[in-house]
Amino acid sequence: MSSAHAAAAAEFVANDERAHWHDQALWFVRSKRDKQAHSLPEWERLRELASAIKLHTMSHLPALLEQFEANATRLGAKVHWARDAAEHNAIVHGILAEHDVRRVCKSKSMLTEECHLNPYLERHGIEVTDTDLGEWIVQLREEPPSHIVLPAIHIKKEEVGELFHRKLGTDAGATDPKYLTESARQKLREKFLAADAGITGVNFGMADTGGFVVCTNEGNADLGASLPRLHIASMGIEKLIPRAADLGVFLRLLARSATGQPITTYSSHFHGPPPGGELHIVLVDNGRSRLLGSEEFRRSLNCIRCGACMNTCPVYRRSGGHSYAVTVPGPIGSIINPARDPAEHNSLPYACSLCGSCSDVCPVKIDLHSQLLVWRREIVARGLLGRGKRLLMKLTGAVLRRPWLYRTGGRLARFGLKYSPRWLVYTRLNPWGKQRELPEPPKQSFRAWYAKHHKRD
Amino acid sequence: MKSSRDQVLADLRTNAPPPTPLPELAGDWIAYDDPLAQFTAVLEGIGGRVRVVHGDEELRAAVAEVQQQVAAANTLSVAPAAPGNVDPASLSDPHDLADIDLAVLTGDFAVAENGAVWVTDRQLPLRIAYFICQHLVLIVPAAAVVPTMHAAYDRLAAMHDGEGEFATPAFGCFVSGPSKTADIEQSLVIGAHGARSLTVLFTG
Repeated sequence: MSSAHAAAAAEFVANDERAHWHDQALWFVRSKRDKQAHSLPEWERLRELASAIKLHTMSHLPALLEQFEANATRLGAKVHWARDAAEHNAIVHGILAEHDVRRVCKSKSMLTEECHLNPYLERHGIEVTDTDLGEWIVQLREEPPSHIVLPAIHIKKEEVGELFHRKLGTDAGATDPKYLTESARQKLREKFLAADAGITGVNFGMADTGGFVVCTNEGNADLGASLPRLHIASMGIEKLIPRAADLGVFLRLLARSATGQPITTYSSHFHGPPPGGELHIVLVDNGRSRLLGSEEFRRSLNCIRCGACMNTCPVYRRSGGHSYAVTVPGPIGSIINPARDPAEHNSLPYACSLCGSCSDVCPVKIDLHSQLLVWRREIVARGLLGRGKRLLMKLTGAVLRRPWLYRTGGRLARFGLKYSPRWLVYTRLNPWGKQRELPEPPKQSFRAWYAKHHKRD
Repeated sequence: MKSSRDQVLADLRTNAPPPTPLPELAGDWIAYDDPLAQFTAVLEGIGGRVRVVHGDEELRAAVAEVQQQVAAANTLSVAPAAPGNVDPASLSDPHDLADIDLAVLTGDFAVAENGAVWVTDRQLPLRIAYFICQHLVLIVPAAAVVPTMHAAYDRLAAMHDGEGEFATPAFGCFVSGPSKTADIEQSLVIGAHGARSLTVLFTG
């Protein structure tokens, strides 16, 4: 289904006003990022360091993971290993079942989204509350996040007001973000106080100390992890960094790149369990070791999930996160999802204009747009291109191989476009013309023009 | 059958790329003529407040002012100069802190570039205090302001006679401003789940 993304995006752009509003909201975040980046003369040096640290980490991952495990264990944490999503979910459920946990508060974790942990735990009778406000909104709407940092960026305040009125009993017609946030605060306080366990993601795991860092603005990870006695942290194995000192680089880059803040409100460093409590760390592979083996795409493991590539992407901004139909959308998602299942996600590398803006803003210098181009080649080589695109490419190839055919085609097109009625030109066979006007056909071809003006001079 | 641990490690070893070096972290980092002024500008820019106080009397007055402003009924304080009405020794479970209106706690040092204060649960075993209170005051020595996060981690590595802050089990956090969210239409709202206000008192 090579047209999957385009088809889903068509639904999103059908509402012109909303599509523009979405575009502007994300561009505003991108502009805030620029302001922060420009406030530091050493910005490029930081990006280079971050990239080099991550490349080093990926080339020493087994040894660093063993070091992390040994240090974390020494501090009193229990470390688990999961090959895939199913094993991750089973491990988490096993720990919760052992402690008779009925209610869990969870802070934002794309890894648990990737593993579909919520439905799994709910099937086992455990109530899971996503406590990041944006995540809670999408959870109440029973839909996935549309952005990894701004999960509810696609939703208008009127819709949140209506949702909260229905689910929480807030005033009908109330749309004030302050009022709505306060209502959520009150309700979620109850959830925090009643939770038997807290689940968090991990932003960075430090091999040399065995600790890990979780960043939030709301304080929800800390309320979730510090009230109950049981804390489970789910960590993708690529979240590792060699040294705690490396956080100096990454925490300077992360929030500035993500939302244009100098740092998140809370950057919590967990080293071992609290007195009388338990800390479990679940290290998850789920396709990451395979991605490491790919020379072309392994750099995508450097990602620190800041979302800057989404905020700047002209396709993401105009098509919405849900059009990608994956946990991590946008440019980075269009690399890592095809790596997991190229047949399922074959349309994503085409959700890209190759403008390169994502590579320019990436704080760990992933060559995103180059990798997207490589993916297109891969998809063709593996025979996964959709029928429409495949035929078009064949046709283009046949024409470009034969100069006489190219010349004839050009002549026919110049003539045809001039005299054909609109209904004949703007058909289903011309997707380019769906929202655009074709240019005025020139009187002569470039070849003819060149031959006339540069004859032997 | 191999354990999952051994399988993951084996797969990673098979697929590991050629080794690349770990870079030194030295850099020509930004410096501030007046780190305290920079810290103040950043923290006020994100909704926090900053005061410099001299001596116990000024500290007491500054805390009392916040207490009055936020109409705090229950104040938890670890500052001997400005005691609260909740006895820290009476708190044994994190849930005991659910009704704290104002927490007056200490920070080890501050970071000029981003308005962050480093706090830990070493003096106060219930780390929830930083997050569950409605309002937060952090007392930090005015001399303890480092310019950047690089200097911050150097400082953490030198703590506890060079053992480092992370050598023993503990919780630590950089707190920068009051809790906030912009998850509804990118409208900034102060007071998401954590403290609704943050006042940093520098003791000079």
